[in-house]
Amino acid sequence: MKAFLGFVRKETLHLLRDRQTLAILLLLPPLQVLIFGFAVRTDVRKIPIVLVDPAPDVATLELRDRLAASERFRLLAVAPSTQVLDAQFRSGSIRQALVLPRDVERRLGRGDSLPIQLLTDGSDPNTGGIMQGYATAVVQRWYTDAVPSGNGLRIDASSRLRYNPTLESSHLFVPGLVAFVLTIMSAMMTAISITREKETGTMEMLLVSPIRPSAIVAGKVTPYVVLAFVSVLLVLIAARTVFQVPQRGSLALLLGECGLYILTALALGIVISTQAPTQRTAMIFALAGLMMPTMLLSGFIFPLDSLPVWLRAISNVVPARWFLLIVRGIMIKGAGLATLWQETLILVGMTAFFLIVGSRKLAIRLG
Amino acid sequence: MTYEHAVETEGLVRRFGDDAALDQVSLQVEPGELYGVIGPDGSGKTTLFRILVTLLLPDAGAARVLGRDVVRDFWDLRTRLGYMPGRFSLYPDLSVAENLGFFASLFDTTVAEARDTIAPIWLQLEPFSSRRAGALSGGMKQKLALCCALVHRPEILFLDEPTTGVDAVSRKEFWDLLGRLKDEGLPIVVSTPYMDEASRCDRVSLMQQGKLLVTDRPGEIGRRYPRPLLAVRGGQILGLLGALRRFPHAAAVWPFGDSLHYTDRRSDVSPEAVARELMAYVDSAGLAGVSIQPIAAGIEDAFMWYMVQEPAA
Amino acid sequence: MSEHAIDSRELTRRFGDFTAVNAITFHVEQGEVFGFLGANGAGKTTAMRMLIGLLVPTSGSATVAGFDISSQAEQVRRRIGYMSQRFSLYEDLTVQENITLYGGIYGVSNRDIVTRTGEILTRIGLQDAGKELVREIPLGWKQQLAFCVALLHRPGIVFLDEPTGGVDPITRRRFWELIYEAAAEGTSVLVTTHYLDEAEYCNRISIMVDGAIAAMGTPAEVRSRHGAATLDEVFLRLTRPGAAA
Repeated sequence: MKAFLGFVRKETLHLLRDRQTLAILLLLPPLQVLIFGFAVRTDVRKIPIVLVDPAPDVATLELRDRLAASERFRLLAVAPSTQVLDAQFRSGSIRQALVLPRDVERRLGRGDSLPIQLLTDGSDPNTGGIMQGYATAVVQRWYTDAVPSGNGLRIDASSRLRYNPTLESSHLFVPGLVAFVLTIMSAMMTAISITREKETGTMEMLLVSPIRPSAIVAGKVTPYVVLAFVSVLLVLIAARTVFQVPQRGSLALLLGECGLYILTALALGIVISTQAPTQRTAMIFALAGLMMPTMLLSGFIFPLDSLPVWLRAISNVVPARWFLLIVRGIMIKGAGLATLWQETLILVGMTAFFLIVGSRKLAIRLG
Repeated sequence: MTYEHAVETEGLVRRFGDDAALDQVSLQVEPGELYGVIGPDGSGKTTLFRILVTLLLPDAGAARVLGRDVVRDFWDLRTRLGYMPGRFSLYPDLSVAENLGFFASLFDTTVAEARDTIAPIWLQLEPFSSRRAGALSGGMKQKLALCCALVHRPEILFLDEPTTGVDAVSRKEFWDLLGRLKDEGLPIVVSTPYMDEASRCDRVSLMQQGKLLVTDRPGEIGRRYPRPLLAVRGGQILGLLGALRRFPHAAAVWPFGDSLHYTDRRSDVSPEAVARELMAYVDSAGLAGVSIQPIAAGIEDAFMWYMVQEPAA
Repeated sequence: MSEHAIDSRELTRRFGDFTAVNAITFHVEQGEVFGFLGANGAGKTTAMRMLIGLLVPTSGSATVAGFDISSQAEQVRRRIGYMSQRFSLYEDLTVQENITLYGGIYGVSNRDIVTRTGEILTRIGLQDAGKELVREIPLGWKQQLAFCVALLHRPGIVFLDEPTGGVDPITRRRFWELIYEAAAEGTSVLVTTHYLDEAEYCNRISIMVDGAIAAMGTPAEVRSRHGAATLDEVFLRLTRPGAAA
């Protein structure tokens, strides 16, 4: 036990004294959150919008003209009722709809309240917010011009997520980022740390001591696990505060699944280190064999549906793919273990497999 | 567990690809002995040491350390032996004290428990105890590595080229430390490419290209030098060297510091007679101011002799 | 311009508070073999780095091959050869490829490369090894080859940094015979070594202690000036003044 603790202490010291690496590992993930968050903002112009105007009059005509003239909007149609809205949202032919009441002219004249419903396709909450902002601005100005001192305008804005259930959401990048961060920390840093001992020759000293290889690995891995959790928390905090990314499910379950994925990545890192004789090779294995599939085949950037069949088949063996399903489920859909137990089981199975393979190959000697 | 020899090997063989790094190496180290393995880089010393400290498996042959088999009983052995590998194998970004503490914990002990054992070395290291190991001078690094090898109070010590790349004075200090350890009964097996360090060992094996050339007490090796050996001083070295090598009975002529060592081919002539012959030859070659004297052979003379006897690869 | 191969005046190098090389003044004659001795950390390597134009002196000056090391470092480097124990030849290239590479770097004509390759390989006995990877040839030959490669472009001065570490005693001596031959042809040699018997092979030596030159002269002069029988003793007295001999 003393040996294990002594080992953990040593590894922590290494980590803390390598200021450059530490800075990168801690600062890069939140930085990536910001980059992704702002970069994903799609260009919000020519928003296809429908005006539902059951009783057209002079005032509503004015609003119609303004919408048609605005560069931001593309007024597709003026409908008499909300009947077709559902189908149009679902098909994606419209992103927003303004629903006016009757007697608009009269209400304006009398300064009565004017309830207007603003429906926005909210499956992309970033742009959803922006679109709402634009529409609200146009309506606000129209109202103020018509009734300079009035305050009866009531805009009821709501996002209708259920119109786009396949979730082409920018929030999805956060779970992907978490997976990416954990893969780097757990797999790559573990592999590098173990092969560094081999390269500098200190592995010789370790092997000639009574400490078992499993204790060496466990000791090496512990500080990175702690660091990985810290990093994940930083990512979640950044995503929450800057972009209001939701966290609908149980935080405990989320952290638990993160813990599981950390183990999976660690086991992978160990396997890599047993195959790589030098740090450089370990890094290349980690990048090519782990990072690339995690980025490209897990559904992080490209949706799984858009992959050709054979790539989709390969993605089944990429642990990050399952982890992403789990995390997205928890964060965005608020799913619980009851729904996600199959994916969790798959991750557990993968972890066990890698651990067995890795520990078989852990050397007790050189050469 | 009782055992006769601290280390015992029989016909050790180890190959790397086509190269025979170790070729039928058999030796014995007695308890409490300071044993030297002398040989240049590539002679197989490191391979031998790695097998003895259970880091490598031999391809053939057997080895026992402290009576235990290196292949079967390695976990047992790893708690009992101390090892200092050829490269500086400590952590450069940890301090002296942290390195020591770490290695102590590896063996489930503390630095405090090892105080007595490492006392003489710690005396020299203590002023630097909070300095990063990477910032130490070469001589200090070696001392730290020795300390870490001793911190768990091993029953035998293996030091692979502990003084390589270190200046002559630090080397001397290091060997003084080894002498003190040996006085306390610790068997020590040391490898070194420096021939002059052989004289500080109880017994030595000269090693070249995977084979043991000769094993004996250092003094004996010199005494057993099989041909007349003379030291030739004075005059201009290159000229003298050339002339001596042209002497018909010359077996080998090598520079040795400020003199040349001449070995005669004949085993039946006395060194004094050879000296007289050489003097006459040198005179007739017109080389003046030369002095010639028979000398006792040192380890280096012996090594070079045996090197040449073994056909090179 | 000085007619000495190397001329150092009060050459100094500081790193922050630490003075690695402390105003060393010495010279090396043409065709001389000069031994640069000292304990680890005494400043030998730093001094050498300055002389070969790799490090800028804090103060003082030196000329190598007549060129100032601070302002004319480029010309200095073109006229010297350098061999270090740590790195000399590329292990994964063949003997021939290494020679061609260095020849190209130093601007040796192709024809000269071919001729000199033949000369080198014959001189050290590697005639059939031209196509062998450097990794595969024994260490002793590697060091000798590295020395010859350092001389490939016929520099007037060659700097050798611990060239014979760990090498077998016969190869060490063969190496020094190469040095002697080079010196006899007029090449000046500055060599650092830990082997004090090799110091005896030099025309003159200097011993550095804590960044300054503590002793200088022919080996015999240094010995007699310190009343010692061997250079070992001198070395001990200078580097550990309180210690017993």
